Amino acid sequence: MRRTKARLLIALSAGLVLLLSACGGGLPQNTLEPAGPTARTIDRLFDPVFWIAVFVFVLVEGLLVYAVIRFRHRPGAAVPVQVHGNKRMEIAWTIAPAVLLAVIAVPTIVTIFSLYRTPPNALTVEITGHQWWWDVKYPSLQLETANEIHIPVGQKIFVKVTSYDVIHSFWVPRLAGKQDLEPGKINHLTMEADSAGTYLGQCAEYCGTSHANMRLRVIAEDPAQFQSWAEAQQQPAARPPADVLAIMTGASQPCGGCHTINGLEADGFGGQIGPNLTHFGSRTTFAGAIFPNTPEELAAWLRDPPARKAGADMPNLGLSEQEVQALVTYLEGLK
Amino acid sequence: MATVVQPTDRSGRSRAVFRRPRATTGVWSWITTVDHKKIGMLYGVTAFLFFIVGGVEALLIRLQLARPNGRVLTAEAYNEIFTMHGLTMIFLVVMPLSAAFFNYMLPLMIGARDVAFPRLNAFSYWVFLFGGLFLYSAFLLGGAPNGGWFGYAPLSTKLVGHGMDFYALGLITLGISSTVAAINFVVTILNLRAPGMSLMRMPVFVWMTFVVSFLLVFALPVLTVGLFELFFDRHFGTNFFQVGGGGDPVLWQHLFWLFGHPEVYVLILPAMGIVSEVLPVFSRKPLFGYPVVVFSGIAIGFMGWGVWAHHMFAVGLGPVANSAFALSTMFIAVPTGVKIFNWLATMWRGDIHLKTPMLFSLGFITMFIIGGLSGVTHAIVPADYQQTDTYYIVAHFHYVLFGGSIFGLFSGAYYWWPKVFGHMLSERIGKWHFWLMLLGFNLTFAPMHILGLQGMPRRIYTYPDHMGWNVWNLLETVGAFVIATSILLFVFNVIRSRRRAQPAGNDPWDARTLEWTTSSPPPPYNFEEVPVVRSLDPFWHEKYAEGEDGRLAPVVAGGAGGEGPLAEKDGPGGHGSMNEAEGHGDGGHEGGHAIHMPSPSYFPVIAAAGIPIIAYGLLYSNILVVDGVLTLLLGLYGWANEPSAE
Repeated sequence: MRRTKARLLIALSAGLVLLLSACGGGLPQNTLEPAGPTARTIDRLFDPVFWIAVFVFVLVEGLLVYAVIRFRHRPGAAVPVQVHGNKRMEIAWTIAPAVLLAVIAVPTIVTIFSLYRTPPNALTVEITGHQWWWDVKYPSLQLETANEIHIPVGQKIFVKVTSYDVIHSFWVPRLAGKQDLEPGKINHLTMEADSAGTYLGQCAEYCGTSHANMRLRVIAEDPAQFQSWAEAQQQPAARPPADVLAIMTGASQPCGGCHTINGLEADGFGGQIGPNLTHFGSRTTFAGAIFPNTPEELAAWLRDPPARKAGADMPNLGLSEQEVQALVTYLEGLK
Repeated sequence: MATVVQPTDRSGRSRAVFRRPRATTGVWSWITTVDHKKIGMLYGVTAFLFFIVGGVEALLIRLQLARPNGRVLTAEAYNEIFTMHGLTMIFLVVMPLSAAFFNYMLPLMIGARDVAFPRLNAFSYWVFLFGGLFLYSAFLLGGAPNGGWFGYAPLSTKLVGHGMDFYALGLITLGISSTVAAINFVVTILNLRAPGMSLMRMPVFVWMTFVVSFLLVFALPVLTVGLFELFFDRHFGTNFFQVGGGGDPVLWQHLFWLFGHPEVYVLILPAMGIVSEVLPVFSRKPLFGYPVVVFSGIAIGFMGWGVWAHHMFAVGLGPVANSAFALSTMFIAVPTGVKIFNWLATMWRGDIHLKTPMLFSLGFITMFIIGGLSGVTHAIVPADYQQTDTYYIVAHFHYVLFGGSIFGLFSGAYYWWPKVFGHMLSERIGKWHFWLMLLGFNLTFAPMHILGLQGMPRRIYTYPDHMGWNVWNLLETVGAFVIATSILLFVFNVIRSRRRAQPAGNDPWDARTLEWTTSSPPPPYNFEEVPVVRSLDPFWHEKYAEGEDGRLAPVVAGGAGGEGPLAEKDGPGGHGSMNEAEGHGDGGHEGGHAIHMPSPSYFPVIAAAGIPIIAYGLLYSNILVVDGVLTLLLGLYGWANEPSAE
């Protein structure tokens, strides 16, 4: 009897461990697995507070459960002694939490100020939120991209954020906490990645229809790789063949009205409403980092953008299948 | 349309617009009632129906999020549903459910015959009902509000369609209702307490009503200002929140949260008041440290004004502001913690009867502790940079507002049901309801802590497959349906208990406060004779005498041996014991009951109807605005010329 109980217990806890580990693997936005100093600083502050909270929880709930069991009504029980209060105890349980909180407050405030500091020798990245994608500029490198932020490993990145339309919030959980993007205001945060990899993030402030579809990626690479990426990005785009250019400029709403393609400004490609397409083909995702950048996905997008992404500003241009394929070939070639 | 007004001055019949309504049963008796008990029931039933609607919205949300890439709702529909779920649960459920208890119980608990302004009380109910219907009519008129209950500008000023107009005008309407009701309660508490009921002899629930009413009176105008500015920005080209015109979107956030955080205490303090009533009754001990519980409630009421920017830590207010609001947020946990310890001490060495109301109060405490502790972790500002706008926050405030407020309100419902309806609810079904709701609640909301820390933001209508959030989301959806089942059990309990009504008697729980001295349900005039109060927990002290050592002995009915404060009351007035009081009319009239109760009136509902008409007019037609104003004026004119009782 006892043995079956023990076995049951083992089976149950094994199941629980499995369940938890199933949830533990593959969590690309886990705040509890920091991958850089900013997120780690936060995690290290949260950890002790979490355990203090667990302690208080166990203590108070334990007292409660004990009281309910120990003092529950038994038949024939007399009316209990009428205690109206106890000043000393009440003072004690007013002061104790206050002291505990005061202790927690010290590292909290220290960390608030340390996270706010502007780091020296940081690489500045300027991010502008749009419904529902991210414009990314590197002012010192004079390059512009969208939704995917390449950074060199081990380098502090000073991220300056603002918004083109409504309030968004920049969040890459494994690298740093959130910072809101507000129109007319520039906020900042500092982040850094310990090692190479792709870190997922997404908009964290409700910003309208496709808030859920406003995702982003930080791609951390070793400095040499980053350097070569940057150099490639600084080049102007390859010029499209005349027929493709004709599709792009002749559409009911010409591409250049919203998009910029560096090198084609003279042909009218200087729009600021949609993402810069200069090196579109070098990105791993598009449309707010929700679709993998494959020819199939891009073709599906070009056929009818609002059908693919709720509320998307890019209209259905009514392109023929040949036009779609020609555009896909050109855009995917913009490495 | 205003030609019915025919002022006459004959024979004190006054300048009546209509003949005075006389129905005491049927639909018209409810429409014209000014009885605080009937109004309380109207509030309760209406809010419960909205609770069902808000619950269905929650189920839709959970169905959509049960699996990645859900297709139950479109993005547009999801955004409307989550906005309306929040608005409904806050403005149309928890606030009016609390108001239901304020209305019904408060006059009884302070030994009054009604609230100070009975017709105003009816008016606030009708404005609430019309405001709720106005808000929901948006679904039929082109789309519900879809900017979140927090309506952040400039999204809320840019969203096309009338959704956010219904939001602004609907909340202004509901704000009128709450402000009027709050003023009514403040005046009632200050002026209509039974003789001898000093402030520090008021039940804690009455105290919390008092604090909440003050919070509402001061907080709602701030929201109203914001809503007007929002409406002006949308329609009249103002630039309050438009950066291009020199405005500031963050201004909205300050206005909203300066209302919004006191609002949190508006939602939780009534439930804390209920718990403070229930625990002593079912532990058969007085509330431990009554003055401390009262003062901590007042302290929360004051400190609640100094924490609003903790909703805005990621806004970029700078390290000084963030530090200051971190401190204030941490320290508001102190009075909250004090309440919990006092409740624990109330139960300590008590004689705990685990009846359904007590179970729900215990549920409140256990769940509220979790919500309180997760609340403290938000005060760790850098941690909040990670937590804010994630499911961790959703978990936190559901532990406070569902695990807290809703459990507390159910506790109150089970506790006062026999008083209101004269019969008991089934204990057996009640316990099933409790355990099922506790289970479902934790299944639904506990995993949200984990999801939030694992990076799942709030207010997303979909999420991709590869985020590692699938298992918890599915579990949460299952939990939501368990909650729904428990609510159905409650409905079943209500219907079944009505059929097999077991008479409750005046005092089924051996309770402590004045409402239990009168019959169940109470007569329209509440008390045949206005009770005289000589202590806290007056009814208890009438039943039991307390010795020096705190030991009790029952007072023999009518006996001379009583030592309790109330037992010595056979003074000059020669009153009998309170619950046996017979026959002396108010003010000592001879024979019969010469109790003057306010008469029913048509005018509150007429005046209230004017407000949504104005609101529709602002959206659709200026002529309707004129109609609405005339209706409102007609109602107020008739009201002003009608004596409160005749």
